[in-house]
Amino acid sequence: MNIARRLLITVPYAWLVALFLVPFLIVFKISLSDYAISIPPYTPTLELEEGWPGFRAFWAGLDFENFVFLSEDSLYIKAYWSSLKIAVLATFFTLLIGFPFAYAIANAPQEWRPSLLLLIILPFWTSFLIRIYALIGIISNEGFLNQFLMWTGIISDPLVIMNTNTAVYIGIVYTYLPFMVLPIYATLEKLDGSLLEAAQDLGCTRTSAFWSVTIHLAKPGIIAGCFLVFIPALGEFVIPSLLGGSRTLMIGKVLWEEFFSNRDWPLASAVAVILLLVLIIPIILFQRNEQKHREQNK
Amino acid sequence: MRKPSWFNVVSLTLGFAFLYIPMIILVIYSFNESKLVAVWGGFSTKWYGELMQNEAFLDAAWVTLKVGVISSTIATVLGTMAAFVLVRAGRFRGRTLFSGMIYAPLVMPEVITGLSLLLLFIAVGMDRGVATIVLAHATFSMCYVSVVVSSRMASFDESLEEAALDLGCTPWDAFKSVTLPIIAPAVASGWLLAFTLSLDDLVIASFTAGPSATTLPIKIYSSVRLGVSPEINALSTLIIGLVTIGVLVASITSKRAIQKQKRDELLAVH
Repeated sequence: MNIARRLLITVPYAWLVALFLVPFLIVFKISLSDYAISIPPYTPTLELEEGWPGFRAFWAGLDFENFVFLSEDSLYIKAYWSSLKIAVLATFFTLLIGFPFAYAIANAPQEWRPSLLLLIILPFWTSFLIRIYALIGIISNEGFLNQFLMWTGIISDPLVIMNTNTAVYIGIVYTYLPFMVLPIYATLEKLDGSLLEAAQDLGCTRTSAFWSVTIHLAKPGIIAGCFLVFIPALGEFVIPSLLGGSRTLMIGKVLWEEFFSNRDWPLASAVAVILLLVLIIPIILFQRNEQKHREQNK
Repeated sequence: MRKPSWFNVVSLTLGFAFLYIPMIILVIYSFNESKLVAVWGGFSTKWYGELMQNEAFLDAAWVTLKVGVISSTIATVLGTMAAFVLVRAGRFRGRTLFSGMIYAPLVMPEVITGLSLLLLFIAVGMDRGVATIVLAHATFSMCYVSVVVSSRMASFDESLEEAALDLGCTPWDAFKSVTLPIIAPAVASGWLLAFTLSLDDLVIASFTAGPSATTLPIKIYSSVRLGVSPEINALSTLIIGLVTIGVLVASITSKRAIQKQKRDELLAVH
């Protein structure tokens, strides 16, 4: 092994260990500590200069108290359940809107497709925060949707969408739509039209050919899109904090408030550890799906 | 070519209307004379003028730009190195951990990344400011860069590099004159991605920024919490405009670069 190769491996490796792995171990450690009114606001802290007795005292001070508290306090359990519910439903709505959208792009005339794709990607590059802000201008009580509906006379009082869970759903669908459309488009684009014709020749109706050929072949893209929406939606902070109301419970928001408002760092760390545990299963499933897809393509 | 069906036309129209109407209305209302956001009071550019006078926003914009340029440059160097390790280094001890650490930040909730980095900076006694935001942004965006670059490298013909080495190049020369030009578009789009991720980030910056350094997203977030304001509309319009120009220029140049590469390859064959 020559020096250049060793250096090439060591530099990014060391960087990631120092700034990704070690911070996690710290979160895990603090989640086992106790809250204290001090700086930093937790005990015990590891005093390296005290040597072995210091380490023993530190070790003895760690316990699972925060996790016991989280599992007993209904607020946190509710927050986890409601995050899961919101993320699942929002993913479903995104799929419902994203699939016809991707399908239409894949079936558009060849020479339009690059421009249509660019139009999908463009919002993805535009600031996330600004897109949510733009949405507030539409759905707030004096926003354009209400103005328009009242002008047409469909409703006489403004619809209250802002600061409810509905606004959070709209926000997630709006901001994550490109993540759903792009992978589905990628699978639909490769779909061979003659397969559909063959299915119809063999006696399928158009609908059943669609379900058994198109949907079946687009499955890897649909699954990838669903994970790409579900995983970030579960830990989302900005959308529930700007669009949701005080009753919108999502775990990312709870973690933020526990940390910045209550300054209970050990509890915030415990919330983070559990969020990570909840996410590990979908992440592993997502990786498997990607791997299977890659192998099929080879 | 099939005639587009009405269903597809309707899906496209509704889909793009959903994506773009909020932003178009935002842009139009940034030229609104009235302070009331829902009432049109005539055309005016006064909010842009006020924005230019707003010291707090200008300072935040400067910090954001500085953080973006420095962090995405570090991320590009580290991410390209990491891509080489992933694609070329073969087996070495700790490889699984390495690729895990590259892919994990892509799916990690931002609140966890932010919290963990803040706790690290406090544990080592680092003052929070521009430097800590740069470190945080460089770390998560290097993973995106390495994914972009490694997917380009996977489709790259290694025999070209071997040929250069056979013809007497040093490994560094071979890298500079063969490998780099081929992966350059991927490296450039990696940098661009890292840069926009950094400009856009609110959550991680909120955890890692100190009182001395505020970025534009933090500033926008705190004013959006208070409600819609014409000044934020103006600022958003500027950002949307810059991004649109950037994306269009990038897509046109990359299209040209691909065409040129194809032409060169054809010429080389003949």
